[in-house]
Amino acid sequence: MASKAQTPPLALRAATYGFVAVWLTLAAFPFLWTLWGSFKVELDFFSITNWTDALTGPRTQETHGSAFTGAGYEGAWVQEEFWRAAINTFIVCFFVVCTSLTIGTLGGYALSRSGFRYTFWLLITALIFRAMPPITLVAGYMLPFFEWNVWGILPTTIIVLVAINQPFTLWMLHSFFQNIPKELDESAKVDGCTQFQAFRHVIVPVMWPGVITTGLFSFLLAYNDFAVTSMLLSESNRTMVPEIAAFLGTTYTEGNVMFAVAAVVSATAPLFVLVMVFQRQIVSGLTAGAVKG
Amino acid sequence: MKHRTFFWFFLPTGLAMLLFIAAPIVSVVLQSVHTPHEAVLIEVENCGPFGCTTETIIDQEATAEIRAERPLGRFVGWDIYLDRGHLAVAEVGALWSETDSISAFVSGLGNLPFYRAMAFTLTYTFACTPLLIALGLVIALAVNALNRRLKGLVIFFSLLPMIVTPLVGSLILFWMVDSRGIIGNFLQWLANDPDLSLKASTPLTWVMLIVYGVWHSAPFAFVVFYAGLQTLPKDQIEAAQIDGASRWDQVRFVVIPHLMPLVTFVALIQLMDNFRMFEPIVGFNAAAHATSLSWIIFNDLGGETRQLSAAAATSVITIVGVAILLSPVLVRTWRDFRSKT
Repeated sequence: MASKAQTPPLALRAATYGFVAVWLTLAAFPFLWTLWGSFKVELDFFSITNWTDALTGPRTQETHGSAFTGAGYEGAWVQEEFWRAAINTFIVCFFVVCTSLTIGTLGGYALSRSGFRYTFWLLITALIFRAMPPITLVAGYMLPFFEWNVWGILPTTIIVLVAINQPFTLWMLHSFFQNIPKELDESAKVDGCTQFQAFRHVIVPVMWPGVITTGLFSFLLAYNDFAVTSMLLSESNRTMVPEIAAFLGTTYTEGNVMFAVAAVVSATAPLFVLVMVFQRQIVSGLTAGAVKG
Repeated sequence: MKHRTFFWFFLPTGLAMLLFIAAPIVSVVLQSVHTPHEAVLIEVENCGPFGCTTETIIDQEATAEIRAERPLGRFVGWDIYLDRGHLAVAEVGALWSETDSISAFVSGLGNLPFYRAMAFTLTYTFACTPLLIALGLVIALAVNALNRRLKGLVIFFSLLPMIVTPLVGSLILFWMVDSRGIIGNFLQWLANDPDLSLKASTPLTWVMLIVYGVWHSAPFAFVVFYAGLQTLPKDQIEAAQIDGASRWDQVRFVVIPHLMPLVTFVALIQLMDNFRMFEPIVGFNAAAHATSLSWIIFNDLGGETRQLSAAAATSVITIVGVAILLSPVLVRTWRDFRSKT
């Protein structure tokens, strides 16, 4: 397909491959390094004498009898009870994704099918809300939540995260539903369906690709959130990210940095799998807004 | 769709946004002009065998009562915005009349928390954004030239820095640049200075945070530009070749103009995102050298004393900043809408 004129000269090709190799190292090496290091003892991972200690692990061998040790993971998951945070994260993510997709689908569908002017203003409002940094809203939640005694529990955080998620969900699903031909539900309505029945029986069966992409981003927002979860959850209800931040406070003094390293690796692993499975959807979701706008 | 049907479809999501985004904004604005009630003081006379003494004590009951009655606190108007922790008008005025050179004035400003945070936030925002766009563009061009098998692999690894939680990503880099970590060690060897520590110096901390910001956001720019490159019109490239354009000329005069709308899009999104950064400051433990507005809010809200009013005032200032950055996006959306109807 590529004509001879379009084949780049050898030097340029070499430069391209070299650059991509450098970028790959920059992007992937920190993760691999931390994964490898998380199975060492602190004196090896943070070695004063020689950086190759983190690779070979002489002190790990001395203390544990082998070059790899799960001590960091045991400390984090068993001793510091990181599994609680993992369960909390799972609960929060599950309910945030389900709720925000349910109400977001209804709202996004309505926005795409109503031709009135107010839909534009609703979308603009959603865009403004989307730009609000969550941390600025947190100051507004604190006082009422204390007054009503709902601070610190998971349901409150779930509802807040769902709401913060809505603007983005609405925009994604709105543009997705606009690509589904209006004639589909129009014809269902001609056959005597109400709007909701048309939605339920005609649109729902074909909407899953868009919903899955949107759901991925809802999941990422809930999973990665630090501002809201660290401020609105009490100590025993913390999710993984604020728990890691809390580790930094306590474990640095106790000299158990490896607990935090293990926790960080544990929190990154699910994202690895997610990107591996849903790479195509993530890329299409990221570009959806850009190519249209 | 009828108004009534629309209303019922939109109600749940509308309600969620109204209650948990619109209402908190109102609440933040209200809180920022109120401050907690002062304790009610009363004077009591204690008479003992050695005569009478008057004491000033806190009337717990009355204080609790007034706090329960009006939980927002007492109205103070703009006072919180103007105090030392925020715009520090009095301090800036004093500084202006005392210092005789601009540089002394600027360094004096650096001691006021708000201006210190603004200095870093703006430097970070306006350094990161162009750098990550440039890096993203180069990666996109390079990856586009690869063969198809490699592309998937490169995209997979490229997504990682962006997908991981900012706090986790910054911690991973922080441990590596630690003076006992691998990059820290390497830099010490490079600078031939065994005591070099990135954490100890303000300029190096800033550089470290900016490098982190570029590392974290370049993948987003890359993915968007890469998608844009797939829609590049082939005939224009061919026409340029026939006209004798070199490879660089093709990129400069065909590819970049084609990607320009996407560059604007990425720039606007990233300006807003970088303006509100604060997780890396927590992750890099860099608060001694670099703070941002969001970090100040985070710091005021956390800890033993939750300074709600101070945090609320900073929040309002941040919202105003975001609004300024957002206005070009809104104008653009409005123009698109006008041209469509």
